[in-house]
Amino acid sequence: MIGFIEGLVVTLKTALRKPVTDEYPEPEKRRQVEPRYMGFPALLWDYDVPEPYCTGCMVCVRACPTQCMSAQMTDNPKYADEQSRRRKIIESFEINLGRCILCGICVDVCNFDAIEMSHEHELSKYERNGNRVDLGQLMDMGRKFQGDTGWSPSNPAKNSGVPVAKGSRRAAPRRAGAGSAVGSDAPS
Amino acid sequence: MQIQQQTQQADSIDLMINMGPQHPSTHGVFRLVIWVDGEKIVRSEPHIGYLHRGSEKLCEGEQYSQIITLFDRLDYVANLNCELAICMAVEKLMGVQPPERAEYIRVILCELNRIASHMLFYGVYGLDAGAMTPILYGFRERERVQALFESVTGARMMHNYIRVGGVNEDIPDDFGARMNTLLDQLERGVEECDELLSQNEMFLARTKGIGAISAEEAIDLGVTGPALRACGVAEDVRTSEPYSIYDRFDFGVPVGTYGDCWDRYYVRIEEMRQSLGIVRQAVAQLPEGEIAASVRRIARPPKGEVYLRTESPRGDFGVFLVSDGSDKPYRVKVRAPSFCNLQALQAMLRDAYVADAVIILGSIDIILGEVDR
Ligand code: SF4
Ligand code: SF4
Repeated sequence: MIGFIEGLVVTLKTALRKPVTDEYPEPEKRRQVEPRYMGFPALLWDYDVPEPYCTGCMVCVRACPTQCMSAQMTDNPKYADEQSRRRKIIESFEINLGRCILCGICVDVCNFDAIEMSHEHELSKYERNGNRVDLGQLMDMGRKFQGDTGWSPSNPAKNSGVPVAKGSRRAAPRRAGAGSAVGSDAPS
Repeated sequence: MQIQQQTQQADSIDLMINMGPQHPSTHGVFRLVIWVDGEKIVRSEPHIGYLHRGSEKLCEGEQYSQIITLFDRLDYVANLNCELAICMAVEKLMGVQPPERAEYIRVILCELNRIASHMLFYGVYGLDAGAMTPILYGFRERERVQALFESVTGARMMHNYIRVGGVNEDIPDDFGARMNTLLDQLERGVEECDELLSQNEMFLARTKGIGAISAEEAIDLGVTGPALRACGVAEDVRTSEPYSIYDRFDFGVPVGTYGDCWDRYYVRIEEMRQSLGIVRQAVAQLPEGEIAASVRRIARPPKGEVYLRTESPRGDFGVFLVSDGSDKPYRVKVRAPSFCNLQALQAMLRDAYVADAVIILGSIDIILGEVDR
């Protein structure tokens, strides 16, 4: 009996307390993801050139434990015009995000800073294959991620596409929004 | 006379009851068939295999770096502890020594994962006993740990963070400050949870003296972890066979007395306190330096085999690894503590009442991902 009353006291004590849970549907009320959050992978855009960072080297495709990606490489026309340092460029890229297990191995193995785990995690679709995303969609996700977090390549000297022959590297035209504190305005 | 005898016999026919595989209290897809005579259980038979994914076989087709993702999904409540086991097994085979800092980060995260796992047990066990409140409190505390995991590993559950030879990323800059708040909150949370349920009259009535097994029987059945310690055997791989850097910390091994459901429950509450102590010590000692030894991205351990024991929240988690010198293992065998502890279920259910079956099953704290693999 005493235990029962003690239980009721706890109930009364907590009844007026501020709730611990965050609400979900409204964007401004829900929990923000951490800067390191690993959402679905996205391909990044080199604004300096402008073209994707990805060269289609297929390293990530081979390393993916679920074999959910495929990529196709092609010659880079900008390289011929000496506008880019990238000899090869991605032609088509597909990730079946329905199979992706968000492990981040593709990001670890990429040598070109071309792929990153975005903060995208709300991708419910009505069709089974609705989450097969192509190059364009991956690029959109990447640009959104770059804009939201101010992403910068980990190895710019090696991975920037700006041709070295051009002499001094011009000041990178940064997009509005880029450079904001990482993660402070992370998308949800 | 003849007729009456027959009716008597018909009366005593045992009734077979199927618990699961979709029973909400079986903590996954676990089927338990029990035969009851009135309210008493006369015989029980566990059936497993409903969550069999062939993880061990799948490991044979994956590179060592990819296997970590499979181990994440074995014990999906204590992912980091499983990751640690496979990474340490590969390291042992390759003779790689991870740097100090990596060892400390691993221990901090694994002990936090132990707390998170026991908090889930606490909540679900309260629910098994018919109390709704504990699960809300248990999840509140677990959520705090998971938020920290998210800031360190990038994921709340399937981290893929521990690597062969170290860890994936260094801890974030605000780790120390967050850790201090988290530890204070958890300390308060554990006390609050303890206060809320442990000495509750109804909870005591439902768990004290229920499903007791003796220490000898538990050892014979291969029970490890909190379920064994509840019987009074102070066996913990972290102290009896210290791996990683556990020999540097000062912590106790809580043991029970009677080996009943309450002891199994309370050992876990005490373990959370000990884990908090380990985390505090580890955070205080955390050295600067490298976070990963230089290991080739595609690890190729030499030919050979290795067995490694670790203490996961559920018990003695062992990994047996055979390498043929290639980038994929020849054979991976997991000694899953949940699976071995499940052997004791029949002994615990002996002469128990039907209503206690759920309580007894819950007290072993099985994770079906690990039982079936
Ligand atoms: S994302 Fe990186 S690893 Fe994958 S194909 Fe592109 S450049 Fe290669
Ligand atoms: S995150 Fe993992 S599963 Fe997803 S595409 Fe990258 S490697 Fe494949």
